[in-house]
Amino acid sequence: MPEAFKFELVSPERLLVSEQVESVVIPGAEGEMTVMAHHAPVMTTIKPGVVTVKTAAGGEERYVVFGGFADIVPAGCTLLAESAVAVKDVDRADLARRIQEAKEDATDAKDDEARSKAEQFLSQLTTLEGAILPA
Amino acid sequence: MPSLKDLRNRIASVKATQKITKAMQMVAAAKLRRAQEAAEAARPYSERMGSVLANITQAIGGGGDAPALMTGTGKDDVHLLVVCTAERGLCGGFNSQIARLARDHIRKLLADGKQVKIICVGKKGFDILRRDYASMIIDRVDLREVKTLGFVNADAIAKKVIHLFNEGGFDICTLFYSQFKSVISQIPTAQQIIPAGVASAPAEATDGGNAVYEYEPEPGEILSDLIPRNISVQVFRALLENVAGEMGAKMSAMDNATRNAGDMINKLSITYNRQRQAQITKELIEIISGAEAL
Repeated sequence: MPEAFKFELVSPERLLVSEQVESVVIPGAEGEMTVMAHHAPVMTTIKPGVVTVKTAAGGEERYVVFGGFADIVPAGCTLLAESAVAVKDVDRADLARRIQEAKEDATDAKDDEARSKAEQFLSQLTTLEGAILPA
Repeated sequence: MPSLKDLRNRIASVKATQKITKAMQMVAAAKLRRAQEAAEAARPYSERMGSVLANITQAIGGGGDAPALMTGTGKDDVHLLVVCTAERGLCGGFNSQIARLARDHIRKLLADGKQVKIICVGKKGFDILRRDYASMIIDRVDLREVKTLGFVNADAIAKKVIHLFNEGGFDICTLFYSQFKSVISQIPTAQQIIPAGVASAPAEATDGGNAVYEYEPEPGEILSDLIPRNISVQVFRALLENVAGEMGAKMSAMDNATRNAGDMINKLSITYNRQRQAQITKELIEIISGAEAL
C-alpha cells in the first residue's frame, strides 16, 4: 500500500478537503499529473477539470475545479481552487452559464491573444462538461 | 404636562420600538455567527495564498519579469480608493468610521496634489462620500441583492479594478474596510492592494519550504495568474470582515437601543404612575371638600 500524504483542497469560501490521501490527480495547466507522497516540489496552475482523490481509507472522491493552482511539496499537496465542488453536487446550470460566459468572452475579445485565451478556456470547459456529464 | 392618555401612548410606542430593536439584535447575532464562520472558512485560502506568493516572489527574486500589478506603474499620481461599507445603516458608527478614514486619506492626497478616484462598495459609504466628493466617484458596486457573499462578488470587483489598472486608470489602489476584531471593536483599515505589497518571504521553516520548486508553467506566468487572484482574495477577505464587523456593530448598537428603550419605559412608567396617583388624590380632595361643605 502506498504511503499516505496530506492533501488539502481549499476554495476561497471554505476548506473542502483536508485529509490523508494516497494519490491525487490534478488537471495541471500543462497536462494532468498524479501526485503521490514524496513528490518533488512543484507549483503549477490548474485548468478547469476534475480532481480525483484517492483517500488513504481506500475511497475515491472527485471534485470539479475551475482554475486555480497547486502547491506540491514532499510532505503534502495544497490545491487552491477558484471554485470547487464535489462532482455529485455539480450544478449543470452553473456550468452552462460559465460556458455561455466564456463564449461571450471569446466573441468579445479585442485582440488575438485575448481571443485565443478565451477560446482555450472555453474548450477546457466543454471538455470538462463532457467528462462529468455521464457521472 | 402630558395627559395620562398621551403617556400611555408614549409607553406603548417605546415598547414597540424596543421589540423591534430586540429582534434586530437577535437577527444580527445570528448573522454575525454566520459571518464569522464564513470569515474563518476563508482564512486558510488567503493564508496559503500568502505563503505561495511569498515563495514565488522569492523564486523570481524581484526580477524584471514581475507583472506590473506587483511593481506598480512607477508613479503615484492617480490614486484609486475602494471604499467598502455596509449596505444598511443602524449599525452604530460602523459606516461613518470607514468613511472618515477614507475622507482623511482623500484630503491628504488632495493636499499633496494627487488625483483621486473612488469606487464605492456598499450604499452607505456612497451616501456619505457623495456629499463631498461626488465628482471623484467613478463607480459603485451594489451588493444589496446579495444574500450570501460569494467569491464571485469579490472577483467581480477585483476584475473591475484590474481592468481599470490595465487601462492606466490609476497608479495606486487602496482598499478601505473594517477589520473585525471583536463584537465591540472594528478597526477601519486602509490596505494597499496595487502595487501588491508582498511581504518579503517570511522565514518559514515548513518542511520543504526552502526546497527548489519546479514551476509549471514559468514562474512569471504563474505569478501573472496569481496576482489578480490574490487581489480578488484580498477584496473577498475585506468584504467578509466587513460583513462580520457590520453585524457586530449592529448587534451592539441594537443592544444599546434596547437598553435605552428599557430605561425610557421605566422613566415614563414612573411619571405615569405619579400622575395617576395625583389625579386620584385630586378627585378624593374634591369629594371630601364637597362633603365637608354640606
